[in-house]
Amino acid sequence: MHNLTVAELIKGLKNKDFSSLELTQHYLDRINNSDLNAFISITEDEALSQAKEADKKITKGSSSILTGIPYAHKDIFCTKGVKTSAGSKMLDSFISPYDASVTKKLNNENMVMLGKTNMDEFAMGSSNENSYFGPVQNPWDTNKVPGGSSGGSAAAVAARLSPFATGTDTGGSIRQPASLCGITGLKPTYGRISRYGMIAYASSLDQAGPMTQSAEDAAIILNAMAGFDKHDSTSANKSVPDYTQCLKNSINGLKIGLPKEYFSEGLDSGVEKIVMQSIKEYESMGAEIKEVSLPNSVHAIPAYYIVAPCECSSNLSRFDGVRYGYRCKDPKDLNDLYLRSRSEGFGEEVKRRIMIGAYALSAGYYDAYYLKAQKVRQLISEDFKKAFKEVDLIMGPVSPTVAFDLGSVKDPVSMYLADIYTLSVNLAGLPGMSIPAGFSGNLPVGLQLIGNHWSEELLLNAAHQFQKRTDWHNRSPAEGQGARR
Amino acid sequence: MSLDNKKVKEIAHLARLNMEDSDIEQATAELNNILSLMDKLGEIDTGDAEPMAHPLKMSQRLREDKVSEDDLSEEFQAIAPKTGQGHFLVPTVIE
Repeated sequence: MHNLTVAELIKGLKNKDFSSLELTQHYLDRINNSDLNAFISITEDEALSQAKEADKKITKGSSSILTGIPYAHKDIFCTKGVKTSAGSKMLDSFISPYDASVTKKLNNENMVMLGKTNMDEFAMGSSNENSYFGPVQNPWDTNKVPGGSSGGSAAAVAARLSPFATGTDTGGSIRQPASLCGITGLKPTYGRISRYGMIAYASSLDQAGPMTQSAEDAAIILNAMAGFDKHDSTSANKSVPDYTQCLKNSINGLKIGLPKEYFSEGLDSGVEKIVMQSIKEYESMGAEIKEVSLPNSVHAIPAYYIVAPCECSSNLSRFDGVRYGYRCKDPKDLNDLYLRSRSEGFGEEVKRRIMIGAYALSAGYYDAYYLKAQKVRQLISEDFKKAFKEVDLIMGPVSPTVAFDLGSVKDPVSMYLADIYTLSVNLAGLPGMSIPAGFSGNLPVGLQLIGNHWSEELLLNAAHQFQKRTDWHNRSPAEGQGARR
Repeated sequence: MSLDNKKVKEIAHLARLNMEDSDIEQATAELNNILSLMDKLGEIDTGDAEPMAHPLKMSQRLREDKVSEDDLSEEFQAIAPKTGQGHFLVPTVIE
């Protein structure tokens, strides 16, 4: 049952092959028997009662397409009455008094939340090692990282602990763990999915998206997550197409650009080989392959690691120990309360980024860092604009390497450098995807698809066509690498 | 632009983060290591590129100036570290 995709589960529920309660219990059993540390909270009681409710709706015939489908929710989305920690000690005791818009949308479909998934603290990290709740293990090799920040979500879907999971992507946090865990991850265009109730890291970059087994599932879930929200002032007031309608289109004649900067020094040869094999697959489907150039993409790392920390230092100023979250013991005065609550509540990487942001925004340094980074951001965005005049989609690697050993990257800068292929997509606000493309050694490799603004349909279409001809997305560590279901 | 210990203390104060004297050497070294990566920005010719604050060209939406939310103060205060008589309590500021 746990190897079925969301699309197949929808059919199974409709045909009464199983009930939502049976399905939910099956996944809860799998979660409870898993040692991956993919979940911060398992919401067993709530899940069982949501499943019973869903079954009633299905019997009555008042269900919607996703009614009764279980899912895992990244612990960055507020969930009323359920702990929402963002992977931080700061919010370890935070029971959200309200639902995020994404949560509300999934609840309105009578979906079943199995639990809240582990993540790098406040979504800052690329390995899930920055979580207050301990690192997540990669289900393909438990000595390896699952990627981050949505590492718990990626591991949960890969290990078939949940049919799909939600994620958020500020600099690659959906695509990179999807790549490292061998699942499908979609980061939509900035503004496609409401950020309301999604704990903010860098507001001009943060975007939620689905993490699934297949592109078809990503289309089904995006249908449910996307849409205008008056509570999010950066939500786009734009109609939402039915993303499942475009999947079957032929991609014959599709123009695919390969940025030459994405295939240079630093890219692991095993990863490159798999990416190039996938490009060949596209070529055999009638796509036209063309080299393009994104000359400023190499500057994405310094630009991102200024812009994001600046926004984070501002966003995280709300955690002051006064209204909610962690408060230090026996503060002697107000300043002591702020200082110790924040210093004891935040982890090392979060504090590091707050410091960088506070410095880059401080008097005398603003022009050299923040303003300069924003100008570079413009150049990066213009590179994409130029490229999309020549091609329909851009493809390349997601991560320069496969999953690395837990604890092996200790220097923050080395960790930042690994984000080279994902950051510019967020800076430009574009949609991007990672789809399973093969294995290097025993570890999965993702192929990155990048589209122009609002081209999710084309991305999903191209991904689905690839998945019709390959079976990498069907492989699961639960059955061993080579096992077909 | 390289930071010294004094500047790091100052930034920590701006960010309201505690910086113990025993940690400062390491923090300074780490931040300088990160900033050496950022300093590459200075070498880029950005010409007359307009600073990009936001990925979409959109303007801030305005809404009617009327109450749109219910009063949830009790629910919000229920999760606060310390409250009293409808207020969030902090250590005494004015004697």
